[in-house]
Amino acid sequence: MSRGQRIGYALAGPGIAIVIAFLISAVIIALAGINPFSTWGTVIDFTTSTSNMVEIVNRAIPLFLAGLAVAVGFRMNLFNIGVEGQYRLAACVAAAAGGAALLPGLLNTLLIIIVAMLVGAVWAGIAGVLRVTRNVNEVVATIMLNYIAFNLANWLLNNPFKYQVEGSSNVSTEPIPDSAWLEGFGIGGNDLWGFLWIAILLGIGYSVVVNRTRFGFDLRASGENAEAARASGVNAKRMILAAMLISGALAGTIGLPILLGTEPHAYDLSFSEGIGFNGIAVALLGRLAPVGMVFGALLFSFLDISKGAFQLEGLAPELVIVLQGTILYVAILADEFMREKQVKKAQEIAAARVESKPSDASEVKA
Amino acid sequence: MELRNIWKKFPGVIANKNVNMRVRRAEAHAICGENGAGKSTLMKTLYGMHQPTEGEIFINGEEKKFSSPTEAIDVGIGMVHQHFMLAGNLTVTENIVLGDERGAIVDFKAARQHIIDVSKKYGLNVDPDALVGDLGVGAQQRVEILKVLYRGAKIIILDEPTAVLVPQEVDELFDSLRQLKGEGVTIIFITHKLDEVLALADGITIIRRGETVGQVDDPSAITAKQLAEMMVGSELPQPERGASTVTDKLVLELKDVTVMGGNKAALDRVSVKVHAGEVVGIAGVEGNGQTELTELIMGLETLTNGSVSLEGREITHDATQKRRSDGIAFVPEDRHKQALLLHFPLWENRILGFQWEKSLYRGGLIDAGRARQDSREIIDEWDVRTPDELTSSGALSGGNQQKFIIGREMKVGPRLLIASQPTRGVDVGAQAQIWDKLKEARAAGLAILLISADLEELIGLSDKLFVMYKGKLVAKFDPREVTSEQLGGYMTGAVKAEGEVTP
Amino acid sequence: MTATDTAIAGGVTTQRRGLPGWLLGLVLFLAFCAVRTLTDESDITSVGTFQAALTLAVPIAMAGLGALWSERSGVVNIGLEGMMALGTWFGAYFGWKLESPWFGLLFAALAGMAGGALLALAAVNFAVNHVVAGTAINIFAPGLASYLSGALFVGIPGAGPKQSPPIEPFTTVTLPGAGWLDDLNAKGWFVISDIAGIIGGLITNVSLISIFAVILFVVSWFVLWRMAIGLRIRASGENPWAAESLGVNVINIKWLAVLVSGFMAGVGGMALVNQTTKYVANQTAGRGFIGIAAMIFGNYMPGGTAAGSGLFGYSDALQLRANSAVVALLLFVAIVTLVFALNSFLKGKAISGIVLVVAAVLIFLVWLSFGEGDQLATQFVAMTPYLITLVVLAATASTLRAPAADGVEYRRGEH
Repeated sequence: MSRGQRIGYALAGPGIAIVIAFLISAVIIALAGINPFSTWGTVIDFTTSTSNMVEIVNRAIPLFLAGLAVAVGFRMNLFNIGVEGQYRLAACVAAAAGGAALLPGLLNTLLIIIVAMLVGAVWAGIAGVLRVTRNVNEVVATIMLNYIAFNLANWLLNNPFKYQVEGSSNVSTEPIPDSAWLEGFGIGGNDLWGFLWIAILLGIGYSVVVNRTRFGFDLRASGENAEAARASGVNAKRMILAAMLISGALAGTIGLPILLGTEPHAYDLSFSEGIGFNGIAVALLGRLAPVGMVFGALLFSFLDISKGAFQLEGLAPELVIVLQGTILYVAILADEFMREKQVKKAQEIAAARVESKPSDASEVKA
Repeated sequence: MELRNIWKKFPGVIANKNVNMRVRRAEAHAICGENGAGKSTLMKTLYGMHQPTEGEIFINGEEKKFSSPTEAIDVGIGMVHQHFMLAGNLTVTENIVLGDERGAIVDFKAARQHIIDVSKKYGLNVDPDALVGDLGVGAQQRVEILKVLYRGAKIIILDEPTAVLVPQEVDELFDSLRQLKGEGVTIIFITHKLDEVLALADGITIIRRGETVGQVDDPSAITAKQLAEMMVGSELPQPERGASTVTDKLVLELKDVTVMGGNKAALDRVSVKVHAGEVVGIAGVEGNGQTELTELIMGLETLTNGSVSLEGREITHDATQKRRSDGIAFVPEDRHKQALLLHFPLWENRILGFQWEKSLYRGGLIDAGRARQDSREIIDEWDVRTPDELTSSGALSGGNQQKFIIGREMKVGPRLLIASQPTRGVDVGAQAQIWDKLKEARAAGLAILLISADLEELIGLSDKLFVMYKGKLVAKFDPREVTSEQLGGYMTGAVKAEGEVTP
Repeated sequence: MTATDTAIAGGVTTQRRGLPGWLLGLVLFLAFCAVRTLTDESDITSVGTFQAALTLAVPIAMAGLGALWSERSGVVNIGLEGMMALGTWFGAYFGWKLESPWFGLLFAALAGMAGGALLALAAVNFAVNHVVAGTAINIFAPGLASYLSGALFVGIPGAGPKQSPPIEPFTTVTLPGAGWLDDLNAKGWFVISDIAGIIGGLITNVSLISIFAVILFVVSWFVLWRMAIGLRIRASGENPWAAESLGVNVINIKWLAVLVSGFMAGVGGMALVNQTTKYVANQTAGRGFIGIAAMIFGNYMPGGTAAGSGLFGYSDALQLRANSAVVALLLFVAIVTLVFALNSFLKGKAISGIVLVVAAVLIFLVWLSFGEGDQLATQFVAMTPYLITLVVLAATASTLRAPAADGVEYRRGEH
C-alpha cells in the first residue's frame, strides 16, 4: 500500500469526525436560534487574529505533551488516565522548586523540568507497581491517584509551599524568577512560548524512541501481540513499569509551558485543569503518532480559544467541550471502521501483486 | 446415517474427496485419520456448520440438508467439541440450561432434576451444582455430553474426546458411551488413537488426505497394525541419505523433564539429547505434549522436575531472551500467535525475536536500513512471495509467512533450532527448498529438534526419530529402517512402549 | 492444543488457610467498637454517621451496580462517571422543571441509558476498545452537562452555569424503633451502643431514593441469577462463544446489559442531586470509578458491591462529620493491619506479614503523634475514600474473579 493510501486511511477517521462534529454544532447553534454560519464566521475571524493564533499554538503545547504521555502507555494497551493528576502535582512541586531559586538562571529551568518529570514518573510509577505486583487495574488506580494528587497538591499549596503577597487573598507557590523563564518570541502583540522548542524535541524524542529503539519496538510489539512479544523474549512486567514511568515523566512536563510562559509563573488554585483528559483525546485523534497529535492538539486548542468567539455570539462557551467530546467519540468509531477497511485493502493488494508473479500449485491460505 | 460422495472444497484446497460413511443405529462408529486428514471438516459438514460442495447426507433414510447447527440439533444431532464450550464460573446446571431455559424465570429445580434423571439414565455422573471450572476434564466432558442429551440428541458426534483424558477417565467415558449405545443413542467419534478405537467401535471409517481409504464393519476382524497402516499409508518415503554429519558435541539436553498441565502430566519424564550436526525428529499426533516441549525449551513454560541444558550449561531458569541470544532459534507451530506481528511490516517482523541482535542497531537506534536489507535477503533466499519488505506480514499467505519466519530464525546462524511443524501450510516446492536449507545448516553444524506430524519430513530429515505419545517418548527409531506400521502403531497408541527409551 | 487450554479454568487455588472469614470479621468488628470506646469518639458509630453513610453510599452503590451489569456481560464500563454526570444534570433539570423528584429520577435514568447506548454502540457494534470508548463518554458527558447549564440556567435565581436551581428532594422515612435505638446509641455501651448506632442510622430519615436503590439491588440479583435473561447475560461475560453456540444472540444481550448499566448510573446521579438538592458541576467527583472499585472489591456480586459501597460511604461520611474521628480511625486501621499481618503469618507468608507489621507500627505512630484536638488537614481527610479504594484493591485484586471474558472484544461468528 502506498504512502498516500496509508495517509488517506489515517486521516479518514478524524476527518469524518470533524465533519460530523461540525454538523452537530450547526444543529445545536441553530436550536439556540442563532445562525450557525455567522457564528462560525465570527469564530474564524476571532481565531485568525495574529495574537490569537499565537495563543492557539501556545495552548496546544501542553495538549501535545499530554498526548505524548498518554500515547506511550496506549501503545502497550496500558491506560494511564492519571495524566491529569500527574501533571498537576508535578506542576505544583516544580513551581515551588523553581520559586525557591536554588540555582541561577537557566540552571533553575533545568531543575524545574527535572523535578516535574520525576514527580510525574513517581506518581505514575505507583500505579505501575500496583499493577505489576498486586494486579490492580491501572485504570482505576490512576484515577484514584488523580484525586489523591489534587488534594495533595492543594495541601502542599496551602502549607509548605505557600506564598502570599501582603494584602492579596490569592495563594500560590512562590513565583519563578524571570531569569528562569524561557525566552518567548513576540509575534503580533503576543509571545510564543519558548517551551515550544522543548516540546518539539520531546515529540521527536518520542518518535525516535518508539519507532527506532529496542524499547520502543518491545513496547509496540507488546501492544500488537503480547504472546508473540513474550515468545520473542520481552519481559512483560518490566515493560509495564517502564512504560508507566516514561508516561508519567512526560505527563510531568505538561504544566511547564504554562509555568514558564505566562503569568503568574506559579502554581495556584486556578492553574489550568482538564489538560490531562484532553490529552487522551489528542492521543486518540492523532492515532498515537506525533504528527497526528500535533494536529489533534492544534484542533483542540483552536476549539478552546474559540470559546471567546462563541460567547460573543451569545452562546454558552461550553459548547466547545461538547464539540471536543463529539469529535473524540465519532473519531474512535470512524477510526476502528477505517482500520478494518485498511487491513482488508492491504490483503487484497498483496494478494493481487503476488498472484501476478509465477507461482506453484495449491497454496494453502494462512 | 449415511454420507455419500461427500466433497468439500475450499479456495485452493480440497478438504474432503469422495467420502463415504455408513453408520448403523445405536452403534459406536469411529472416524480415524491423522491431523489434516479432513476429519474435522467432515464433522462440521455433518453438524451443519457448513455445506458440502457435493454429496448427500441421509439420516434414517431421509436426505437432509443443514444450513445451520440449529437444524442439525432439531434432527437430533449433537456435537461435543474438542475444545469445550463451557463457562467455568457457572454451574453445571447453568451451562447445560443456557439457551434452552424454557421460560423467563429459570426453574432451576426442575432443570436440576431433569439433568439428574438424564445423567442417571446414561450413567454420566456429574454434580449439577458444581462450578464447571472446579471440575476435572473428564467431568467437564460429561457436562458437554449432557448438554446435547438434554436437548434430546439421538446422534452424538465427539471430536477427539480422549485427547485430554487420563486412562481412567477414558475408561469411564467409554463405559458411559456404551450405556448410551444401550439406550439407542448413536455415537460417532473422531480419533487417531487406535487402541481406543478397537476398544469401543462397532464400525470404523478411515480417512487419509481427505478420502475414505477404508470402511470396517467388523472391527474384531482387523488388527491395530493393519489399521495403523491404512491411516498412515503403507509407503514411506525413502530417505535421501548423505554422509552423517552428526558430531558428538552435545548442544541440547533435556533430563527427566516433567511439565504439568492441569492434573495431568503434559510432559512425563522426557529425556532428549541433540548434538551439533544432528536432526532429532519427534513424531506424534498433535496434542501429545509437543507444544509443552517446545515452550519449555524456549522458557515460556515451567517444569516441575528435571533440567534443560545448552552446551553443557543448565538453562532451566534462564529468561527467554537469554536463551535466544545464546543461540536458540524457534519456529513455533502457531505462527500467528507466537511468531508474527500481523499489522507490522515484514522488516519489523525480521527484528521480532532478535531485539538483542547487535547488528540490527547503529548508534543505539534500530538500523531500519539493515533490517530491511536483511529482510530482502531473506525474501530472496527463501523465495518469499511478497511485493516488498514493507508489506505487513498479515497480508502474506500462510506458506510465505512461514518461509519468512524460518528465514529470519536462521539468519543469525543459531546453534540450536527448535522447529515445530515447520512446513505446515507450505506448498510442495517450497517445502523441498526448506528441507534442503535445513540439511545445509545441519551440515554446517546446526543442531535441530524437529517436531512434526509430517512423516515424509521426519523420515527425510531426521538422524534419530522418536515417537511422542501422551507426554512420553515411547519409541526410538532409525529413520532408515523404521516401517510405517511401527511408526503408526506408536503414534496412535496401538503399540505400547516397552521399557524406557534412551535419549 | 494442550490439556490446560481445553480444560476450562475457574476456581481459586487454596493454600494454607488463615483465620476463617467469620472470625476475622468478628475480631475486626470488636476492635472497631473498642476504638470507639477508647478514643471516646462517638461519631465513629453514631446514628448520624451511619445515616450519612447510607446516603453517601447510594450513588457509589448505583455506579457499582451499573458496573456489575455491564461487566457481567463482558463489557468494561469505564464511562459510568460520565453516565452518572448525565444523570445528575437531567435529573436536576427535570426535577426542577416538572417540580417533582420522581420526574427527575425518570429522566436521570433515561439520560444514563443514553450514555449507555453510546458505549454499547462503540464497544459492542464497532468493537472499539472498551476503556477508550468509556473514556470518550467521560469527556463528552460532563461537557454536555456544562453546556446545557450554560445555556439554560443563566439568569435564573440561585442557578448559573455551574449549578442548577434547587429541586424538591425525595421524602424521607423513619422506620419505627429509631428513637429507641438513638437513645441506646447515646448511652455509649461497648458493642451494644455501636450496633444500635449502625441499625439506627440505617432506618432513620431514609430517603425514598435510597430505598429505591435497595430494591434495584434485590431485583438485579433476582434477574441475573434466577432468570433466563440473566443467565444469558452472565454466560456472555464468561464465554460468549459458548453462548453463541447455543443460540444466544450475544450482541443483543450485551446491548441490554450496557443499557441497564447506564440506567443504574443515571439513578446514582439522581441520588447525588438529591443530597445537595441541585446539580453542581463535577458533582460526581470520581464516584463512578469508586463504584467500579466497589464492584471489584465485592467480587462482581451485588451483595459485595453493596458492602464495598457501604465502606466507601462510611469513610466519606466520617470525614465530613468529624475530623477527629478520622484521626481515631487511624488507630483502627493500625489494628486492622496488625490482624492481617497475623493472618499472613498463619498462611505461611512471612514477607507480607512482616511488611504489614511494619506498616501497622508506622500507622500507630502517626496516630500517636496527634495530640488532643489536633486535626488532620482537610485535604488529607478528603483523600480518604480514594486511598481506601487503592488499599482495598491492592489487598484483594489478585484473588478476585472477574467474568472470564470481561473486556474481550467479541465479534459474531469468530472462533
